[in-house]
Amino acid sequence: MNIAENYIGATTPSSPKTAYMLRLADNALILGQRLSEMCGHAPEMELDLALTNISLDLIGQAKLLFEHILTLEDLAPNADVLALTRPQDQYTNLLLVAQPNVDFAHIVLRQYLFSTMQKIQYEALLGSSDKTLAAIAEKSLKEIAYHIRFAKSWVLRLGDGTPESSERMADALDCLWRFTGEMFERDNIIEQAEVSGLSTDFTSSYEDWQMEVKDGLAEAGGLVAPEVGQMIMGGHKGQHDEHLGHILSDMQFMQLRHPGLQW
Amino acid sequence: MYSTDLRTDKEKKSADQQVLPTSSQNDAKLWDAFQKRIDKGDVIEAKDAMPEKYRATLLRQISQHAHSEIVGQLPEGNWVTRAPTLKRKLILLAKIQDEAGHGLYLYSAAETLGRSRDDMVADLLSGKAKYSTIFNYPAPCWADIGTIGWLVDGAAIVNQIPLCRCSYGPYARAMVRVCKEESFHQRQGYEIVTTLAQGTPEQKAMAQDSLNRFWWPSLMMFGPSDSASTHSSQNMKWKIKRHSNDVLRQRFIDATVPQAEILGLTIPDADLKWNEKRGSYDFGDIDWTEFWAVIKDGGLCGKDRIRARRAAAKDGVWVRAAAEAYVQKQSAKEQAA
Amino acid sequence: MTKNWHLYEVFIRSKNGLAHKHAGSVHAQDAETAVLSARDLYTRRGEASSLWIMKSADIIASDPGEVGELFDPADDKIYRHPTFYTVPDGVKNM
Repeated sequence: MNIAENYIGATTPSSPKTAYMLRLADNALILGQRLSEMCGHAPEMELDLALTNISLDLIGQAKLLFEHILTLEDLAPNADVLALTRPQDQYTNLLLVAQPNVDFAHIVLRQYLFSTMQKIQYEALLGSSDKTLAAIAEKSLKEIAYHIRFAKSWVLRLGDGTPESSERMADALDCLWRFTGEMFERDNIIEQAEVSGLSTDFTSSYEDWQMEVKDGLAEAGGLVAPEVGQMIMGGHKGQHDEHLGHILSDMQFMQLRHPGLQW
Repeated sequence: MYSTDLRTDKEKKSADQQVLPTSSQNDAKLWDAFQKRIDKGDVIEAKDAMPEKYRATLLRQISQHAHSEIVGQLPEGNWVTRAPTLKRKLILLAKIQDEAGHGLYLYSAAETLGRSRDDMVADLLSGKAKYSTIFNYPAPCWADIGTIGWLVDGAAIVNQIPLCRCSYGPYARAMVRVCKEESFHQRQGYEIVTTLAQGTPEQKAMAQDSLNRFWWPSLMMFGPSDSASTHSSQNMKWKIKRHSNDVLRQRFIDATVPQAEILGLTIPDADLKWNEKRGSYDFGDIDWTEFWAVIKDGGLCGKDRIRARRAAAKDGVWVRAAAEAYVQKQSAKEQAA
Repeated sequence: MTKNWHLYEVFIRSKNGLAHKHAGSVHAQDAETAVLSARDLYTRRGEASSLWIMKSADIIASDPGEVGELFDPADDKIYRHPTFYTVPDGVKNM
């Protein structure tokens, strides 16, 4: 803790553009990190390769984004310091991506909910005023299409499989659905990203997304999204639940324990 | 190495006494014809007639090799979430993923000999099947990720290249694929160690400490001296094995010592010195008591490794059942339509 | 452990213009998961432009015991190969 407090190698973005890209990068990083926990532990050896592949895609996306951010604003000496040293409240990822790998049902549902949103979010970047960002989005969209295919095919199988698998899917849905509203939450950063031409408005697709996903869930043995009194928000503002801190204590371990070294 | 016979002498003897199913008269004829094929350089394929012993030996060796790849994911997996940079995290993930892939190639090759992967995995989880002792040593420090790539994968390559010419086709083909993919593993490990050796004194100390811990276990990977063993010569005759354990071990030492010297790291062996006459390094005695103890008890990490694999297998049961139930529902729907 | 999967054989076309070549096998419950697994297992290094996947059980293989009767008779039909024929010196494009 002391080290973390003493060594903060990265500063907070001052422009809404870099702040927006940092969100995208943090989402990819944290979900990639979560999935990497499964490496060597997935429920099937074939699934071990599949989850690792998705993790590699996401961390790769994050790396490109962090590197690009640094060309726009001098937030840190390098992408690793930016990605791996910030205090918890400066991570602006969605709460959804930090949710734990409770079981394979949680893992594939989290992926399905996130990747279907990420597709829409990245499509809104294809005509971006920032050509590098548009190129990163274009490359990532191919990966995302595969993530959706993988996740959806397992949501279907688990949802419409055995009573046990369907119960596990229902539990996952009950836990994770509450975090989906945040994915389309509008705030000042998004509005400015739109005004500056960085991204078109993807949040207006919220209803389309809901329809698509609810159809997918219905197909999966009739899964129904729970009624949620109020969607849980906070990630964009750096207000996280109890999970992110544990992710960070692993992820930041080397950078904070040995600041400024080459590895 | 992964393919070294890890059975104790007692186990080998009792296996020898076991009567194998085929009748002995036919067997003698078959053995003769079979040996002629091998001598001619023929490659044996899955459905070809083969002596039961050849099949059993290969099955044991290939499945043990596969288990080693799968269990071998775990010590490195211990550092995936804590890798120091994004680049290192990506490389490490890709490398461990390759190991899972290699496990799968090898299980497939073993399955061609008539045993299912589920049965082989069950033997691993019950403790009946063995895997390389090296993976029962802990990787408590980041430098170990470098050392594992450098030494463990380095030893693997020395052992595996000859296996690409193994007489059994499916194994040889799997090994060609494995070797092709694995050539990056040793280099990435050496690169990590190089970075540490050229870094701060603390980093260099990490690298040295790791080398100290992994050097001897790496040499043990090749297995005990086997020049006098009858099993070894039979395997050589069948071209399952191409070189003795000692020859491979020496080859590894001769290749690795200069790599350590370049980095200014010290091999933890006071007796290590260049022998001009032999054109090779002489080295100290290996502690085989430790080796057999690790085989018997699983060393420091064996219990954790098996527990982790059991947990994964248990998590797989309901997932598999769901996927199967889904398929049946779908085909029932299709039939109804 | 239950055995509720099938063995599938995987064939890879490395680039258009080449034939599909056997790469290995995967375990899967159905066609879709077989495609996903084959992709993740056999094409991590850009090895493929196309995959063929089939159930191993559907392969009809010749019997290795019949190698003699099936294939040996072709060995001495050397007149099927162009090198069997002599052509006068100076004749081109043949």
